[in-house]
Amino acid sequence: MIQAKEVNFYYGDFHALKDINMIMEKNTVTAFIGPSGCGKSTFLRLFNRMNDLIENTRLTGQCLIDNHDIYQKNVQVDELRKKVGMVFQKPNPFPKSIFENIAYGLRINDIRDKAFIAQRVEESLRSAALWDEVKDKLKKSAFELSGGQQQRLCIARALAISPSILLMDEPASALDPISTSKIEELIVTLKQDYTIVIVTHNMQQAARISDKTGFFMLGELIEYNDTKKIFLNPDKEQTQNYITGRFG
Amino acid sequence: MMKHTEKELESLKDEVNEMWRLVISQCEKAKEAFLNSDIELAREIISREKRVDAFDLKIDSDCENYIALFAPVAIDLRLVLSILKISNTLERIADFAEGIAAYVIGNDCNGHNPEIIEDLQIEKMFSETLSMLSDSYVALESENTKVAGKILAKDDEIDGYYHKAIDVLTNYLQAHPDYIRCGLKLMLLIRKLERIGDHCSNIVEEIVFYIDAKVLKHGIVNK
Repeated sequence: MIQAKEVNFYYGDFHALKDINMIMEKNTVTAFIGPSGCGKSTFLRLFNRMNDLIENTRLTGQCLIDNHDIYQKNVQVDELRKKVGMVFQKPNPFPKSIFENIAYGLRINDIRDKAFIAQRVEESLRSAALWDEVKDKLKKSAFELSGGQQQRLCIARALAISPSILLMDEPASALDPISTSKIEELIVTLKQDYTIVIVTHNMQQAARISDKTGFFMLGELIEYNDTKKIFLNPDKEQTQNYITGRFG
Repeated sequence: MMKHTEKELESLKDEVNEMWRLVISQCEKAKEAFLNSDIELAREIISREKRVDAFDLKIDSDCENYIALFAPVAIDLRLVLSILKISNTLERIADFAEGIAAYVIGNDCNGHNPEIIEDLQIEKMFSETLSMLSDSYVALESENTKVAGKILAKDDEIDGYYHKAIDVLTNYLQAHPDYIRCGLKLMLLIRKLERIGDHCSNIVEEIVFYIDAKVLKHGIVNK
């Protein structure tokens, strides 16, 4: 379970997230929606401490994973990121072979057993619904893959180190409809084994794949509810105006 | 300024309103044709029925296009779904008006006994159904569901007239067995009015679904 308690986040003087409280249950897909600059990606990145890399930022409140505050001093960020994988908007494979893209994460985690690595590469590629397409060209460069395949490779790479949570920041926004559909199918399938949080600007994508949806605006969590409720009868007028395109 | 998606929705609403006005007019004419045994008016109703059918097909197609092209959600989705169902229901109501017109044209009963017509309260049933039809039109136009309860109560009144009519006609036919054939035809007409009332209730339920996102169907109230 992922939980935010009274979370506030600042970029210098800019108050980017305001008193966010939210619980994301295990084995669910949660979508964050909202206009650009509303804080949804900032909030997503808090859960694998990606924002630590940005200077002059400040967090108050608590971000909890399985009831443990991930910002406590004794938390090792490397260990946290093994548990919380991340997939970005633009596919970012390493300039290596398809096989090495997956194996790399295992090796830097001191896994040397070749048979185990090969097994894990296959498992990860299968989980990312990519194995059948690449099994005969594992030694080829990852850059030879299409954009959609590269993104699934990045998902496979994230899965290789057996995380329990996957954070996805607009994972299909740079892909064509067929590749997008594959990613969406994958997300729904992966939900059985992972807790998934996705930021998306695509309303229909949020509606199609998520169990719960959070609508952010100006750093506030305006509404968080079952996706069906949000898209049929949201409680807040701001949510309705946004999802029906009347916002602004 | 209204966005083009909103304009498209408004034009859908305008279409169903236009159809609605036509169906109200068909029902008003059906009432007049029946009460005055006006065959010319009845023929006019039948010839205008094609316009109602055309509206029904056009609105079906426009709703399908809106859903396919604009992928509406929340209140917009509820409006499109409601319009789709309301236009189908209006088309059925117009079918009943046409049925009443056909009754007037084919009526071979040499005029009804005014007393039995009065006792069966057919004019009141016409008036109540017309009132339901026009009040629900105003409810959608003004997006006001506060009147829903009053409109639905009228359907209960119409049902009351219908059940009473069965008793009245049974007694009348026992005393006037030569009137059985005409009496049965009259009962079928009364049944049409009762069904119009039911359809008007369905329309009100759709308006409540659109505006308040509540499901009133089948006696269930879901939020």
